[in-house]
Amino acid sequence: MEFMPDFKLHRPATAAEAAKLRADTEDALFVAGGTDMLVNVRRGIEQPKALIDVTAIDDIKSIAEDEDGLHIGAGVTLRDLATNELVQRDYPAVAQAARAVAGPTHQDYGTVGGNLCLDTRCLFYNQSEWWRQSNDYCLKERGEICHVAPGGKRCFAAFSGDVAPAMLVYDAEIDILGANGELRRQPLTELYRNDGLNHLTLEPGDLVTAVHLPKSLAEQPSAYEKARIRGSIDFPLAGAAVRLVMDGGKVANIKIALTGVNPYPQVVKGADTAIGKPLDEDALDALRENVRKQAKPMRTTTVAPWYRRRVVGALARRLTAQLAG
Amino acid sequence: MTDTDHRTIVSCSVNGRRRDDVVPDNMLLVDYLREHIGLTGTKIGCDGGECGCCTVLVDGRPRHACLTLAAVCNGTDIETIEALDRSGRLNALQRGFNEKLGAQCGFCTPGMIMAAEGLLRDNPDPTEDDIRQGLAANICRCTGYVKIIEAVQFAAAELKNEKTGAAA
Repeated sequence: MEFMPDFKLHRPATAAEAAKLRADTEDALFVAGGTDMLVNVRRGIEQPKALIDVTAIDDIKSIAEDEDGLHIGAGVTLRDLATNELVQRDYPAVAQAARAVAGPTHQDYGTVGGNLCLDTRCLFYNQSEWWRQSNDYCLKERGEICHVAPGGKRCFAAFSGDVAPAMLVYDAEIDILGANGELRRQPLTELYRNDGLNHLTLEPGDLVTAVHLPKSLAEQPSAYEKARIRGSIDFPLAGAAVRLVMDGGKVANIKIALTGVNPYPQVVKGADTAIGKPLDEDALDALRENVRKQAKPMRTTTVAPWYRRRVVGALARRLTAQLAG
Repeated sequence: MTDTDHRTIVSCSVNGRRRDDVVPDNMLLVDYLREHIGLTGTKIGCDGGECGCCTVLVDGRPRHACLTLAAVCNGTDIETIEALDRSGRLNALQRGFNEKLGAQCGFCTPGMIMAAEGLLRDNPDPTEDDIRQGLAANICRCTGYVKIIEAVQFAAAELKNEKTGAAA
């Protein structure tokens, strides 16, 4: 038998029940596909007393379109997101990002909500019990010291979800159901904070139930690409999503978001300085340098930070040039 | 809220047979299959969903049995490598892996075949690229994949022949 901590499994049929259970249950965690969560449970990184499985909640599993845009349930699988014709047509970066998550088997049962709420990752955190114990654990889990930046009291574990940056370039909003039964809508950016230890702004009992992609940005060209060690299945060493609209040879609208290079998926500031100007080599170089400056990868992967910073700039530049045609 | 009863009744179908079992809430599907039922064809290769050795079909789709809780499989239809042969005759994929030498040490083979089975049910006529994509979640450290891809191509061709043969 594989090691597993002892926990009680709940399988609520409604989102309201799930949120209430999470708030009322001591030391409980939500789990959907479990492609990352159950790995952490097996490794003893998470030792919950209860798991609340949200895969029996049917009303968060659909993709619907109306005049406001596309509404994607948090329980939609990454495979269904990647193969949905509306997503492919109107928000191509989102479909590309979903297809870039891990391998096809993971996409089959991993969910949108799970990928958005993915725990941050680090060389010293996502390891087996004996490996972590040999290092006296780390700041993020049980330990005192961050092995990435031993002098500091900050955790630099990197956000490594693929779907979030692609949704951020489309100004996505999310629905959160609170334990009190109130549903609130907020920009996806506000789900995250720049802290590897605690990168989600959710309160206990808060359940992300849906993502909304606005109609006003539908069909605007976009793309997502990531660098990884294993081409077939891997978390991003660095990833970039770009949405670009050209008009008469000049940039009309641009937004860039990054993953894997900070504790949160980050919208690149100042990308809009390119608006109104042609995308010549100088403009593309300036865009690349701007991206590199804002990416702050730390030694959280086996690949050196300087390389990931160079790569993320190159990815953003290449995608922008490709979208410009 | 404290609850000490950490067990769930699972009613599911495993390789076509209906079962009702009481399983611990923290039991993984792979342990349910291997330890509880004795179906040891499904392998455990890693602890993180990286290798694909534990791939089984749940409701016809590939899934990592080592990242799935048995209790969550209530009401599902589970198929493992043991389900594929028909009265002792190997199925097309098993014949393909045999004919084309798609297995060397054999440890990845059950997961590889179940992932390929899921792929062929979804896409009976895959291109080489479709096969590479479809098996991307499965690692083989022996073959270099070339023989595995040939095995799946062999199986796809066999299945096509069987179909047209039956129609004629």
